[in-house]
Amino acid sequence: MSMGLAAYPLSYLEASGTRADHILPLTRYMLGVAILVCLVIGVLLWIAVRRNRSAISSLAIREVPLVRGPDAVRWISVGLTVSAVPIVIALIWTLTALASTSGPPAHPALTLDVTGHQWWWEVRYDSTDPSQVFLTANEIHIPVGEPVLVRLHGGDVIHSFWVPKLTGKTDTIPGQVNFSWIRADRPGLYRGQCTEYCGYQHAHMSIEVVAEPRAAFEHWRIAQLAPAPAPITAEQTRGEELVQYRCGSCHQVRGTLAGALSAPDLTHVASRRTLAAGTLLNNPGNLSGWIENPQSIKPGALMPDQYLSAQELADARAYLETLR
Amino acid sequence: MMPEVTTTPRVGISGVEHEAKLERLWESEPGLKGFLGTVDHKKIGIRYIVTAFVFLALGGVEALVMRMQLAGPNLSLLTPREYNQLFSTHGMTMIFLYASPILSGFSNYLWPLLLGSRDMAFPRLNALSYWIYLAAGIFLYSGFLTGNGPNDGWFNYVPYAERDYNPGLNQDFYALGMILLGISTTVGAANFIVTAFRTRAPGMSINRMPIMVWGTLTANVANLIVVPAVSLAFFLLWMDRNFGTHFYQPSNGGQVLLWQHLFWIYGHPWVYAIVLPAMGMVSDALPVFCRRPLVGYALVAFATVSTMILGFGVWVHHMFATGLPGLGMSFFSGASLLIILPSAISVFAWIATIWHGRPVYRTPFLFFSSVILLFVIGGVSGFMTASVPVDWQLTDTYFVVAHIHYVLIGINVFSVVGGVYFWFPKMTGRMLDEPLGKLNFWTMFIGFNLAFLPMHVTGLLGMPRRVYTYGAYGGWDTLNLITSIGSFLFALGVLLLLVNVLKSLKSGGPAGANPWDAYSLEWSVPSPPPPYNFAVIPTVVSRYPLWEDRLGEEGLRSSIERGMLLTQGKQTIGTSGVDASPDIVLQMAEDSYAPVSLAAGTSLLFVGLLLKSIPIGALGVAIATLALIAWMWPSFELREREPEHG
Repeated sequence: MSMGLAAYPLSYLEASGTRADHILPLTRYMLGVAILVCLVIGVLLWIAVRRNRSAISSLAIREVPLVRGPDAVRWISVGLTVSAVPIVIALIWTLTALASTSGPPAHPALTLDVTGHQWWWEVRYDSTDPSQVFLTANEIHIPVGEPVLVRLHGGDVIHSFWVPKLTGKTDTIPGQVNFSWIRADRPGLYRGQCTEYCGYQHAHMSIEVVAEPRAAFEHWRIAQLAPAPAPITAEQTRGEELVQYRCGSCHQVRGTLAGALSAPDLTHVASRRTLAAGTLLNNPGNLSGWIENPQSIKPGALMPDQYLSAQELADARAYLETLR
Repeated sequence: MMPEVTTTPRVGISGVEHEAKLERLWESEPGLKGFLGTVDHKKIGIRYIVTAFVFLALGGVEALVMRMQLAGPNLSLLTPREYNQLFSTHGMTMIFLYASPILSGFSNYLWPLLLGSRDMAFPRLNALSYWIYLAAGIFLYSGFLTGNGPNDGWFNYVPYAERDYNPGLNQDFYALGMILLGISTTVGAANFIVTAFRTRAPGMSINRMPIMVWGTLTANVANLIVVPAVSLAFFLLWMDRNFGTHFYQPSNGGQVLLWQHLFWIYGHPWVYAIVLPAMGMVSDALPVFCRRPLVGYALVAFATVSTMILGFGVWVHHMFATGLPGLGMSFFSGASLLIILPSAISVFAWIATIWHGRPVYRTPFLFFSSVILLFVIGGVSGFMTASVPVDWQLTDTYFVVAHIHYVLIGINVFSVVGGVYFWFPKMTGRMLDEPLGKLNFWTMFIGFNLAFLPMHVTGLLGMPRRVYTYGAYGGWDTLNLITSIGSFLFALGVLLLLVNVLKSLKSGGPAGANPWDAYSLEWSVPSPPPPYNFAVIPTVVSRYPLWEDRLGEEGLRSSIERGMLLTQGKQTIGTSGVDASPDIVLQMAEDSYAPVSLAAGTSLLFVGLLLKSIPIGALGVAIATLALIAWMWPSFELREREPEHG
C-alpha cells in the first residue's frame, strides 16, 4: 500500500474516489471547450487584425478611408448558434452530474461528524452504539470502496471541507449541518485543505484521509477507541502529569484528567502522520518545536507558546510519544 | 408644454461674442471657490479618473508586496496578519475604489460631450458624488494605515467579521466606509440615469446613443437596485458588532448565509457594472480604428441590457459550496451558463467589425482589440465555474483568482488604458507618445498574461486562495515564481503609462479637435473642450454624426454648426426620454459650496459613528443639515421660484 502523497496532492485533474470521479469528465470537457474557444477566437482575431490592415499606418488615421462595410450580423447569429451547442451540453451534463453526486449515499458504511475550527479539524466517528463513538483530529481513516457520509459542522467561523481527489468542497457553516460524502476507490493517502478563508492560519489547515482495506481500518479504529496507555517510565509519568495540568485545559487525553474539548484530542496523537493540521510531519523534533513555539510555526494559532524547561519538554515529549 | 419654458430658444451659428458670453457664464471661478465648488462635469470627471488611478497604484503596490511573499514556498516577508489585511485591502481598493469610480470618471467627463449637452443633469449631485467617494476612500484607507484595514477579504464573510472573532476596529472601518461609499454610488447612479434620459441632443433617439452610454446607463440602473442590499448588509454587521443585534450570529438565532445572499445579490451585478461601461468604450472606440461602423449596434445594445438582467440571477454561483439545495442551485447554474450568450454577441460584433474594417494599429486599437482575447479567456473560465459540480472543485482555488483578474484587468483595466490613449487628446489637447504607447501596451500585455495565464494551472493543481504562504508539497513553486515575475512586468507597464502621461502633458503634440477622425460628438468640439462644451446645441440624425457624408448616408445631415444658442444663464436643452425631441430649457446650477459641505458633514457623521462620539456625529449632522438647506434653497435662476411678476 502506497502511503506517500501524490506529486500534486491537491490537483483535481485526477480522481481516486467516486464523487470526484463523477465530476472529473465534466471538468475535462469544460476545460477542453474553454481552451478550444480561446484558440478559435484567438485565431479569428489574429486573422481579422492582419487581413485588411492599413498598409499606410505611418500616415494620419484620417487618410485611411472609411468603409461602410457589409452588415455582417451573420457573424453574431452564426457565432451564437455555434456557442449555444457546448453551453447546452454543459448545462445538461451539469444537471446529471449534480444528480449523481449531490445526495449522500442512503446506506453509508460509516458516518463522520467533521467540525471546522480555527485552524484544525475535529473528527467524530459516529455510531448507534455509544461505546463505538470516538474523537480524533486532522486525520480521517476510511475503509476503501465503502461510502462514508460526512456531516459538516461549523465550530466557529466558516471553513470548507475539501479533499480534491475524493470530493469537491462543502462549507462548514455555524448554525447549519452540511453533508458531503466520500468513497475512495483505491487505498492511499489523500490530502484535504480548508478552502474558505477563516483568518490568520487559513493557510495551515489541512486534513488527511487515509483509505485502507477494511481489516486495516478496523485495526486502526479499535486502537483509537482505547484510552491512553498508562505511563511506564519515570520520565513518561512526569510527562503525563505535565500534560494533564498544562495541556488539559484545552486538550483531551482520554483516560487521564486532561478532558477539555476546545483543541485536538491527543489520546492517540502519536499515531498521526502530521501535527498542527498538516503543518509539520509528526516526528520528535517537530513535536518539541511545536509544543515550545507554536506561535512562530503557526502565528496567530490559538495555542500559546509554552516556555517549558528542557527537562519538562523532554518529559512531555516522552509521554506524548506513547500515545499511539 | 412645461410652464417653466418662458422663451423659445434662438437658433443660430456660434461667433466670437457668443462664445465669450458662454465662457463667462460657464467658467468656474478661479481660486478656492472654483476648486471646492465647481460643478463642471469635466473637472469632476478628471478628478474621478486621477483619484481612481491613485487607488489603482496603491492596490497595485499591495499586490506586488503579496507577490513577493508568494514568490516561493514558506516565505516570511509578511506575517499572516499583514498579509490578510493586504489581500483584503487590495480587493477593496481595486473593486470599490478603482474599477467602478474610474468608469464613473470617464462617463462623467464624456457623457455630456457624447450626448451633445452642456453638463450632467444634476451638476451639484455630481460634485457630491465625487466628494463622498473621495471621503469614503480616505476613510477606508485611514483604517488600513492605522493597522485597522479590512481583514476578511472584500467579500467579508461572517461570522469571521463579527466582534467575537474580529475584535479590532477593522470591520467597523470597512462597514461604515462601504455604507458611505454606497451614498456616492447611489447619487451618481441617479444622476447618470436622468442624464441619459433627459439631456441627449435633439435627435439622438435612444437607438443612436453610443454603446458606452448604454453600458453606463445599464450599470447604474443595476447600482440603484443592488447597492441598498450591500449597504443593508454592512449596516446589519455594524449593528451586530456594536449593539449585539445577532443578525448573523447563529448562536442567538441569526443566519450566517444571510450575509452571503445580501452581499452577492449586490456583488455579482456589481461585477457587470464594472465591465459593461468598459465594454461600451471598446464598442465605441474600436470602430474608429477599423474605419467603419460597429457591426450589430442594436444587438450589442440589447446584449448590454440582457447581460445585466441575467446578471441579477446568478449570485448563488458564489455559494455553490454552502450546502444549498441542488435543485435551487441548478437554476443559478443555468443562468450563469446562459449569460455567456449576450457576452458572446459583443465578442462576435467586435471581431466582425475588425474583420470587415481596415484596422489601423494605433495604441488605443492595440488595447481595445486585446480586450477581446482577454475577455474571452476570462469568460471561458467563468463558463467552467458556472457548473455546480465543477465549481465544487474550482472554487476558492487560484483558478478563480486567475478568472477574476482576466475579467477585471482584461476588460476593465485594458479598456480604461485604451480609453486614456483615446481620450487623453480630448481632455488635454495633447497627444500621448505613440512609440512609448506601443511599448506600454506590450509590457502590460505580456506582463499580465505571464502573471495570470499560468495561474489557471496553479489553480487546477489545487492551490487554495487567500493563503499567506504555501508549502512545497503542492507543486506550485515554479508557477508562483512566474506569476510574481509577470506581475512586476505588468506593474512596469502601468508605470510606463504614467511616464507617458507626464511626458505628454508637457511635450505631447497638439491634438486638434479630432485627431482620430472619429465619429461622435465629443470630437466636434475643441480639445480640451470649453467649459460650456458646445457653443450651439447640435442636432443629431444618425449614430455617426461626423462620418455621415463619407458613409454615403441618404437624407438629412446632423447639424453641428447651427443649433440652439441658449445664452440666458447656464442653459442646456432637456429632451424627451426615447425620441430626444426638445422639451424644455434646463437651467443648470452654478458652482456651490453645498456639495462639498454636505460631503464633509456626512463623512464627519460617519467618523462619529466609528468612534461612537456623539459630539463629532452631531457636528456632522449640523454641517450636513446646513448644507442641505443651502442646497435646497429655492433659486430664481433655476426656476425653482416664480419671479414676482410672472
